[in-house]
Amino acid sequence: MTKAKQGDWVRIYRIILTPEERAPQVPDDTKEVSLEMWDKGFLLDNEAKIGDEVEVETYIGRKVKGKLVEINPYYTHDYGKCVTELLYIGRQTRELIKEETLNG
Amino acid sequence: MANKNSYEEVMKRRSEIMKKSVGLDYSEFETKGIGFDYDKMMEGTGYSINEVKKIQAETGVGNTPLLELKNITKLVRKLAPEGKGARIFLKDEASNPSGSYKARRAAVSVYNAKKLGYKGVIAATSGNYGAAVASQAAMLGLDCIIVQECYDSEGKGQPEIIEKARKCEAYGAEVLQLSVGPELFYQFLLLLEETGYFNASLYTPFGIAGIETLGYEIAEQMLAKENKLPDVVIATNAGGGNLTGTARGLLKAGADDVKIYGASVNLKGLHMASDKQFNKKSFTTGHTGFGIPFSTWPDRSDVPRSAARALRYMDRYVTVNQGEVFYTTEVLAQLEGMERGPAGSVSLAAAISIAQELNEDQIIVVQETEYTGAGKHIQPQLTFAKENGIDVKIGNPEEEVPGDSIILPEHPKMIKARDLDLDKLRKSYIKNCINNTGIDKPSKEDIEFLAVDTKTNVEFIKKALEEI
Repeated sequence: MTKAKQGDWVRIYRIILTPEERAPQVPDDTKEVSLEMWDKGFLLDNEAKIGDEVEVETYIGRKVKGKLVEINPYYTHDYGKCVTELLYIGRQTRELIKEETLNG
Repeated sequence: MANKNSYEEVMKRRSEIMKKSVGLDYSEFETKGIGFDYDKMMEGTGYSINEVKKIQAETGVGNTPLLELKNITKLVRKLAPEGKGARIFLKDEASNPSGSYKARRAAVSVYNAKKLGYKGVIAATSGNYGAAVASQAAMLGLDCIIVQECYDSEGKGQPEIIEKARKCEAYGAEVLQLSVGPELFYQFLLLLEETGYFNASLYTPFGIAGIETLGYEIAEQMLAKENKLPDVVIATNAGGGNLTGTARGLLKAGADDVKIYGASVNLKGLHMASDKQFNKKSFTTGHTGFGIPFSTWPDRSDVPRSAARALRYMDRYVTVNQGEVFYTTEVLAQLEGMERGPAGSVSLAAAISIAQELNEDQIIVVQETEYTGAGKHIQPQLTFAKENGIDVKIGNPEEEVPGDSIILPEHPKMIKARDLDLDKLRKSYIKNCINNTGIDKPSKEDIEFLAVDTKTNVEFIKKALEEI
């Protein structure tokens, strides 16, 4: 879906501070980039496509402007991949206390 | 003409915005000189510990189980010299409604916001506190906005923080996500100004009063279970509130002799505000990147005077390495049948080491756990670390370099609580007091304040001042 209509749940993006506007105390690598923001809300414009400047009403009712970046945004974080380095820990520690619990 | 919403202009309005949004006039607690009236500020909440308990009970917060970790204690005794190996107990704070002890902290703030007639609450946090405020706001019918530092400039987000955003939204909060930088505070001020909501800061006396019940319960539960108080309570230390509130609660329960230890994950060398290093760390809290700066200058927080003052209560401060904490989290699941989040296992990793110094009849209480889940489990965190170029391996944790490697201990005997020099931190705090106030000749009252605020004495302060 690349087009959203009024009332659709969307994610927007905005630059809050450009590199020149950033706080004096930020480290050099951070000062090279903008301070960016993401928020979500129901689209107030009649319709919009990805990349358009839009206005949304957030879940608690605030009106916020920004660039439309996602329609019906969802989470993709997960349980990661198999971290094989962790596999020994349970066996090792169970073995260490075993004598006491089973044979001791 | 200057833009009224530029960084500089908004920061100038800082105290005015703060005053309106916390409902507290901090000038009432100020005394001349370096110090301020901490006790008066803490009493300024207007809630006794019994009232706080009642407020928390209304929303199902607190009264979490205190569990003996019998298998981990067995493991510790395998590693310890004969006769050593204290019993380890764990306060299962994950059983709070929002999945961490932060529910205690949020409960009093949100209750107070509602009482004062605020329509909503705002908190700046990438951690469990956001979920706690959002959960409490949902229960009390207030609007909630959480401001998170979440992404680097490539739009890559810490899985742990993304999970917290999800959880806040699940409770009906608006989550504003930002890229790396201390100007989060600027955005936070703008939001407070725009909405007129309550600043549910982590560092107000309300937040700290909320944690006092944790310490109080430890004393009560320990007496009921074992008919004695613990010898040591270990708290994970970042902003200082967890340790401060727990220690105050223990004192209120009359547990004056219990030693209070702080523990943080060692992230030495990583800059917290660096865009490039943001995703090189595998812990978003409970680490030295907060623990040390907040101990040595607590008033750096988002309120004029922080109620979280770790040095005021801390008897010892240790660090553990990232690999040791991941290992410990796995052990907690495998030996005790409790799957919890890694940030909650920092003090448990320290306890595994410290218990080996103590006698078998002594007791250590680890005072928290946190929920785990997608993004916040050790597996996604280590997967993320690998994707960001961190070398995850099994070996000697002494060789771990934060930002380069995570070393899971080859053997549990390699888990070590490494002492930080508390006197050095105390002196650094005193120095910051002098530098930040410009008062180079502290008065008698200042010296007395500093003695209490560093848990030392007047002689120590005088000597430290001479050295500075």
